[in-house]
Amino acid sequence: MNKLNHLPRSAASAAELASRFTDLHPALTPRQAEIESERCLYCYDAPCVEACPTGIDVPKFIRQIAYDNLNGAAKTILDANILGGSCARVCPTEILCERACVRNYDQEAEPVKIALLQRHAIDGMTFRRHPFERAPMTGKRIAVVGAGPAGLSCAHRLAMHGHDVVIFEAQAKPGGLNEYGIARYKLTDNYAQEEVAFLLSIGGIEIRYGQALGRGLELATLRREFDRVFLALGLQASRALALDESSHASATAATDYIRVLRQSADLTDLPVPASAIVIGAGNTAIDIAVQAKRLGSEEVTLVYRRGIEHMTATPHEQAIARDAGVRLVTYAQPERILLDNQGHVAGMRFTRTRLAADGRLEASDETLDIAAQAVFTAIGQAFDVEALSDMQAQTLARDSGRIRVNDAFRTSLPGVYAGGDCVNLGQDLTVEAVQHGKLAAEAIHFELMGKAEAA
Amino acid sequence: MMATNVSGIIDSTNDVDLSIDFAGIKAPNPFWLASAPPTDKAYNVERAFAAGWGGVVWKTLGEDPPAVNVSSRYSALYGRNRQVMGLNNIELITDRSLELNLREIERVKRNWPDRALIISLMVPCVEEAWRTILPLIEATGADGIELNLGCPHGMPERGMGAAVGQNPDLVEQVARWCKQYYSKPVIVKLTPNITDIRAPARAALRGGADAVSLINTINSITSLDLDRMVAHPIVGGRSTHGGYCGEAVKPIALNMVAEIGRDPATQGLPISGIGGISSWRDAAEFIALGAGSVQVCTAAMLHGFRIVEEMKDGLARWMGEHGYARIGDFSGRALANTTDWKYLDMNYVSIAHIDQDKCIQCGRCHIACEDTSHQAIAHYRLDDGTRRYEVKAADCVGCNLCQITCPVEGCIDMVAVETGRPYMNWTQDPRNPHREVQEPAAAM
Repeated sequence: MNKLNHLPRSAASAAELASRFTDLHPALTPRQAEIESERCLYCYDAPCVEACPTGIDVPKFIRQIAYDNLNGAAKTILDANILGGSCARVCPTEILCERACVRNYDQEAEPVKIALLQRHAIDGMTFRRHPFERAPMTGKRIAVVGAGPAGLSCAHRLAMHGHDVVIFEAQAKPGGLNEYGIARYKLTDNYAQEEVAFLLSIGGIEIRYGQALGRGLELATLRREFDRVFLALGLQASRALALDESSHASATAATDYIRVLRQSADLTDLPVPASAIVIGAGNTAIDIAVQAKRLGSEEVTLVYRRGIEHMTATPHEQAIARDAGVRLVTYAQPERILLDNQGHVAGMRFTRTRLAADGRLEASDETLDIAAQAVFTAIGQAFDVEALSDMQAQTLARDSGRIRVNDAFRTSLPGVYAGGDCVNLGQDLTVEAVQHGKLAAEAIHFELMGKAEAA
Repeated sequence: MMATNVSGIIDSTNDVDLSIDFAGIKAPNPFWLASAPPTDKAYNVERAFAAGWGGVVWKTLGEDPPAVNVSSRYSALYGRNRQVMGLNNIELITDRSLELNLREIERVKRNWPDRALIISLMVPCVEEAWRTILPLIEATGADGIELNLGCPHGMPERGMGAAVGQNPDLVEQVARWCKQYYSKPVIVKLTPNITDIRAPARAALRGGADAVSLINTINSITSLDLDRMVAHPIVGGRSTHGGYCGEAVKPIALNMVAEIGRDPATQGLPISGIGGISSWRDAAEFIALGAGSVQVCTAAMLHGFRIVEEMKDGLARWMGEHGYARIGDFSGRALANTTDWKYLDMNYVSIAHIDQDKCIQCGRCHIACEDTSHQAIAHYRLDDGTRRYEVKAADCVGCNLCQITCPVEGCIDMVAVETGRPYMNWTQDPRNPHREVQEPAAAM
């Protein structure tokens, strides 16, 4: 972020800037929810349930909304997904439940707005106390590393089963990507913290902040002091461009900028490039490009070395970028960042690419220079190996860098489980992390209590 | 029956004549407004005629002093998207003086001579009351009267309305008085709050009535305020049952119209159909079951008088496309096909067929059949993860439930199966221990 500090701040007022980061998809009014809930066909063996990684009983909760039973609807959602509120906001439902909705058939081509209905139920719930009760105390203690969606989900389910949980969190706040990584217009205000506060109100969960595995906290200690350990470390490293040293030093990781953006109480504090280049083709690339536009960047160019059809950002996300006025350049791969005489970013040089007959990407002789005051990289997150640097952690079996787990989320070390983005399952979605945490908690509970009964 | 008008556009309505002669009452079209709040006074009625209604039954007149109404009068049964399925009211007959009503009726009839103007009437069940009021009615020049023997709320507590209509002897007596003291057509409006609708219809005919109209509203409580523990509509902290009308009552009204049309005792008695008529199609259904005119109230109360434009246009187009030049050409056409259960063909077999190209895999047909019917729709999961629902022909009884719950129109068809067996009804069926025809096959 320091490399952007020479850039001007937005000329717009703080209030004006804040207004540009309101909900991307505003909440439904009660009347809209009533109309939308009516559209659900209450399918048997509903495809949307199957498409939800946490298996929320979608037809059931929508029927509960239709019959004016918001607390019932909320409970149905939370039973399957304790972070149903943030998932309703950040899930790429266009590739999950809403893509599976039978209302997509030719005559209508319009799915039920499941995510917005889910948000309506969660936002409208009015429980007098936490809707889940804890089972009688088991006396078991479990350490969870990471207070992101996977860790929180696991902790809640364990607490429900009567275990006591201590979460070790590296940052100063809980929530993980919900707090630090999601585009500001997708998860607005202080929602991430409000949701965590609700989750913790079940009791039996303690969070210790500033505690990072590999930086003072050792796996051996956790295994000794707790009955079980759940690792929900996330992907803490941003992949860097394989370029020369000065280019490397001049690029800004999109996730770093988003983290600062999300934590800023006053958006006029942020340096805003008049023109920016975004390297990448996923949803994070879209997130940074759109947020830069909203902050006031005039020219934002998203550059991808392949074609639109190869982008991992969903068509829905691509449309958001188009609507925001983001320019898209395809078939161009980064060569180096161009600097001005003061050493600040002035642009970037790309090599034109094309698809060879065999489908491989090949570089051409042609180059393309794009002027820009900032270059954001959003080419993926990677597992931060530093976290597994202590003696025991080093022995954990890994898969493509991430932690290897079996069907029950058990790692190669006895008593140690892992889930969320730090394991190599699925598409690194928030909702998948929630499911990992939930299933790992069930596996831990089963193992602990099964053994207790045997003894 | 298509015709080409001057501009070259084919318009199927050109050869259609919607005018009717209902028991001697002429009207340019069969769409009348029923006796109710929309026909309360000259202002509304003239607006209705200007909008194109063929006739009006003026809101029920009674003896002075006029009735007094309470505040909060209607309540509704809503569909899940807030469409009004049924309307309930506790309003009484006119709350304006007899003299004022008569004066307005006379003026309106003079201004709109081509429209049917019928006066609804309700006075106590004594001869003197009818003998006194009928000459006053006659003097207005209105085309006929409709006896309100069906109002189910408030008035029966005073010995009028449904209290008369539920007693066939009284129906006959009142009809007789009216024919005695009034020269123009007398229509008896029937209450559905009775076990067999044919009894009061026969009584009306015996009393000399020229026609019947039905149905009046049905005793109802639509919904409750569960916080205050009181039904709607709420008057102060209390409620009372009302009369139910609107789309929800159409099936009940259609059946009662058909019952009277099929009854040999009342065959040919003109019927003005009433009950949930909201569209040209509803009207066509009543007419096909024998109605000679139709009366509308709730649909107009929800949308205003302009709905008659589409009703007339839609009916005329449908008639033109089907070769019906006049209402009489199809009136009663469906009666011959409406019969007693025992005359249905026991050899007829139909089974459900799912059009897999139209199926959206919602599974509603499967779960409905599996849980509540004959377990005749199989649920398969294919290798690609999609679902497939297939009818098990051998188990299907042709009940239509799957077709009814299917959200895609035209996806599930009920297909007739060629059995090669002739028509055989229950009176001939060997499985019927009380059959009337013994072993028809053995006699061959």
